[in-house]
Formats: sequence, C-alpha cells, structure tokens
Amino acid sequence: MTEPHDLPSAAELVEAVREFLAHDVLPAVDGRVQFHTRVAVNVLGMVGRELALGPAQAAAHGEGLAALGVSSEAELARIIRQGGADDRMDDIGRFVRATVRAKLEVANPKYLAE
Amino acid sequence: MSDGGRDAEPAALLRSVLDAPIENLRRLSGGASRETWSFDCGGRPLILRRDPPGAPKEGMAVEARLLRAAGACGVPVPEVVAAESSFIVMERVEGETIPRKILRDDAFAAARPALAAQCGTVLAALHRIPVEDFADLPDTDQVAEWRDILDSLGQPHPAFELGLRWLGENRPPRSGTTVVHGDFRNGNLIVGPEGVRAVLDWELAHRGDPLEDLGWLCVKAWRFGVNDKPVGGFGDYDELVGAYEDAGGGHVDRDALMWWQAMGTLKWGIMCIVQGSLHVSGTVRSVELAAIGRRVCENEWDLLDLLPYGRD
Repeated sequence: MTEPHDLPSAAELVEAVREFLAHDVLPAVDGRVQFHTRVAVNVLGMVGRELALGPAQAAAHGEGLAALGVSSEAELARIIRQGGADDRMDDIGRFVRATVRAKLEVANPKYLAE
Repeated sequence: MSDGGRDAEPAALLRSVLDAPIENLRRLSGGASRETWSFDCGGRPLILRRDPPGAPKEGMAVEARLLRAAGACGVPVPEVVAAESSFIVMERVEGETIPRKILRDDAFAAARPALAAQCGTVLAALHRIPVEDFADLPDTDQVAEWRDILDSLGQPHPAFELGLRWLGENRPPRSGTTVVHGDFRNGNLIVGPEGVRAVLDWELAHRGDPLEDLGWLCVKAWRFGVNDKPVGGFGDYDELVGAYEDAGGGHVDRDALMWWQAMGTLKWGIMCIVQGSLHVSGTVRSVELAAIGRRVCENEWDLLDLLPYGRD
C-alpha cells in the first residue's frame, strides 16, 4: 500500500475487478461482449503484473540504457537507425532482448514459454 | 460513370444489379472499411462486399479484376457475379475461416496435413496472374514503406530498428516481379474438410517479389499457438516450398524466404502499433485495440529470434 491511501492497494483493487469480470460477468454474457470481457480480464492481469514488476523493471532498464550511453528508448532507436552503434550491435542486441523479455513478463508471460 | 453502390441501401443496390429476388439479406461483419452482407438470389448463395457510404477508395473494381484473373489462373476464389468501383457481388463459398477452429477442430483433421502443400500450389497459381495487366498496382520497397509508417507513429521501438538494420543489410536479390496477394495467411482462407476452398481479402494486393507471400504465410502470429508447424500452424517449410516449386512457382531460396518471414514479422508488429494507436489517439476507443498495443512486444520477440545481434 502506498501512503496516504488505505487498503486495498491499487494492485488489490485491480485484482478485485479482474475477479469480478472473470467470475461474474464472463459466464453471463456471450458473443462480442464475452470476447471483450475476456480481453478486459487479460488487460487487468497485465496491469496487475506491471504494478508488481514495473518498478524493478524500470530501474534495470535505466541502468541498461546508461551502460550503453543513452538516456531513453528513443535515443537508442535513433543511434541504431543512424548507424552510430555499429561496433556495439551485440551489446545492444542483448539489451533489447532483455527489454522485450521484461515487456512480455508483463504483457503475456506465457509467450516466453512458447 | 454511374455509381449506384455508394449511397444506396444494400437491398436496393442488389435489386439494381441482379434479376432474381433477394432473400435472407444480413450483415456479416462490421469492419470500419468494408461492409460484408450475405444473401441468396434465385437460390444461389451470394456475398456483397462494399465500401461504406462516403468512402474515398475506389478499390473494389481492382479487387474484382484480381479475383477474375486469379480464377482464370486456377486460384480457388469466389466467382464474381457483379462489380463496380464501390462494391462486389460474389459467390458465397461455404467453409471455415477462423484459424483456431481450422487448427484444432476434428472436422479439419484430414485437411490440416494437406494445407501447407495446398498453399504452395495455390500461391504458384496466384503468382502466374499476368502482372502486366496490373501495372496500376503499387510496387514499393517494403523496408522503406514500413520504416516510414513506423516513423509516422512516433513511438520508439529499438527491436524494430534492429530488424530494419538487418533487413537493409541482408536484402536478397528480387526473385521476380509478380502480383502479390499481400495477406495470404491462415484467417484469409476458406477451408473445408478437404482443404483450401477459396482465397479471400485481396485488399492489400500489390506488385512485388512473390517470396513476400510465402514469407508472410510463415510469420509466427499466423500459427495461432501451434508453433511446431511454421507454415500457418498447419505445416512445414518443405511442404510449402516443395509444392510451390513442383507447381511451377520459381525456385525458393531458403535464406530469402527467411528474410521475407522477418520482413513480415516486422510488418505485422508495426500493424499492431497502428491498431493500438487507433485507441490511444481516440480515433476508435476499444479495449480490444488497447490490448493489441501491448502485444507488439510478441512480434518484437519473434523478430529478435530471427536476428543475429546479441544472440548468446
């Protein structure tokens, strides 16, 4: 929980809505609304994982950018495009793979196992 | 030229071009760009596809020409019954288009092992469409085109930059210039228990390297989770390539095929950013589109799997 807010925490609130959609709404709807409810359940799972993992991921990402001598994803994208990092492509490749892995750990962790 | 299809209600439009009574008219899909209607006329099952009122495009006449030319070359396509610049009336082919059903339902168990080879045979026929009859279709550099689209979206994606870098430095020589379907994949094929019945959705057709169609069919997103079958979730590279070459398609260089699979993976990733952006910009508010924005990283992961940089 983050002061000054009371319990439930933001993560617990998101989980409460996700459970409501999954257990109460999903069985009661069909067709297009059922499909969109399923999407909404997945999206709230994503938000929950970002709340849990996001701060550590952001710190690691910042350190990785700094090690490459850039300040942001936009700057990294620019030096790849402009060829200013051709002698470091393996370092950049390792960092980008780690970054995309972190994004998948939030967005769809099952994808990493496929 | 008169164009009764632009604003007419579908029933009135159909009465103006067909002689027999129209029955069982119902709308099938609510896409933003095209409307699809199902109906029967004189006992014949038909489909109407039309641009919605006010649509700027006049692409349906081109699509009708493509369907007729493809049919003449032996590509399974719905027969065109009537067409103008804003609509097509075509035969309604029965069968399944939903990829997860095609890949999992018992009804298609016998079809699945045959689909990759059938796709190879169909693509060889498709690439025999006389390209000189379609000089009006664009022939663009795919890498430059999708790089420009990525830039227009204003979101940095280092993984896609690595892809653009590798694609630019490893481009294979063009294997030929043919009509390219542009969206030939599981999901745009009508499949019956015996296999492919019709190739749909010719909206993205253009001129280009025929290997683009083969590579696109192998993009991981079209495997719908059946990842041990690289071709559409139903077959192997050897089946697709062998059937394509046996049916008179050109020689398929495997490195070039992988280049086009990587190009397709990048392209689908950028298409997903476009879809997510429709929500973020407020153009179309949709939880589905919002969620697609966060699936872009799946395509980044697939693309990195095809690239050499930092592979440990």
